Amino acid sequence: MFYYVPDVNRAYADIVDLMYVVPFGRFLRNSHRWGAHAMVITVSVHMFRVFLTGSYKPPRQFNWVVGVILLVLTFLLSFTGYLLPWDQLGYWAITVGTNMARATPLLGHEGPFSYILGMRPDNDIRFALLGGTSIDAPALLRAYVWHCIAIPVIASALMMVHFWRVRKDGGISGPL
Amino acid sequence: MEVRQEKKGTIEFKDDKVFTWPTLVAKEFLAAIFVTVGLLFYSYFVDAPLRELSNPGQAENPAKAPWYFLGLQEALVYFDPWYAGVVLPGIIVLGLILIPYLDNNPKGNGYYTFKERKFAVTTFVFGYIFWYVLIYIGTALRGPFWAFFWPWEKWTHDFPTPPPLHDLPLPLGIILMGGFYFAGLILPALVKRDFFLKLGVIRYSLTMGLLLTMIGTVIKMVFRLAFNVKYIIATPWINI
Repeated sequence: MFYYVPDVNRAYADIVDLMYVVPFGRFLRNSHRWGAHAMVITVSVHMFRVFLTGSYKPPRQFNWVVGVILLVLTFLLSFTGYLLPWDQLGYWAITVGTNMARATPLLGHEGPFSYILGMRPDNDIRFALLGGTSIDAPALLRAYVWHCIAIPVIASALMMVHFWRVRKDGGISGPL
Repeated sequence: MEVRQEKKGTIEFKDDKVFTWPTLVAKEFLAAIFVTVGLLFYSYFVDAPLRELSNPGQAENPAKAPWYFLGLQEALVYFDPWYAGVVLPGIIVLGLILIPYLDNNPKGNGYYTFKERKFAVTTFVFGYIFWYVLIYIGTALRGPFWAFFWPWEKWTHDFPTPPPLHDLPLPLGIILMGGFYFAGLILPALVKRDFFLKLGVIRYSLTMGLLLTMIGTVIKMVFRLAFNVKYIIATPWINI
């Protein structure tokens, strides 16, 4: 966040600087990237373990719900970070991902029954997500704020609840 | 220390509890160190991907979402985006949230067991594996224009034209899908009466509704692969 500016004219160059100029920049970026993938995998494996040990059963039901929301937030954290380098990989991945929002029933302009609400490319849910009809400067800034501020704040709060409930409900994934 | 020496005999604990600090925290800290070392080691040798500057005028081919969403992108082959990209993930998340409230089997709480909860474990493991099978296909086996390539094949733009697809006639589609859900809801309730009674009407309907939707999603894929069916139900407003 010291070297990177979420501006379409600078973002990519800043990442290249990070890779070739900034001391340890490449090393930190690599560990950020691989750590993110590791987090998605770990969260997924954790859910598998919790299911197989039946650890969502009373009294731990509520914590399972928090966990599912944290799983979704983990995906979203990783997804919003994908766009930030502003390279071809992220740009087209986010294009594919956000194009799905077009097809949202009722709320996306290509979705079923969207004519009922009068959806157009410039007023549907995809427009709200991207801040425009295509992925451009507003989308980059939105991804940045979601990635660095909004989702971390929400996820941290839920993590606190999650760990607190683990203790309250008799420890992690063991018999009660 | 001194206080302890004055007491005679050993102090007896009434239960098997131990302190979080240092017993648990030390282990967690150690685990965190090992994971960090492993991650940094990997990061030292393998660079994070960075392609050329984004160019809205030149689409990547194939353009792929991040790997954890590729199961959904793979589902796009078989379903319209409103289902594969929005409704299906919505149902999955909702279904996951509902699990503790649908599964009222008190056994198997906090330990691994298959015997005591065969239905729950089978259903979940099937869905979990299927999610990753789709991710694997979407990640490794889909080349340019999302064409299918086996692992030993080279990705080329020269692949055979896929066979033409056709829709099922509307009445047949409605009968098939309606019959699928109707039979799927009624038959197990009649055959496995105690399963139905144990869950109650609401839990049973939600459980079977989610299960049938998961199975139905797979069946639609089979229909597409085996019979080149594009839509089971095709209407001007919505296609399934």
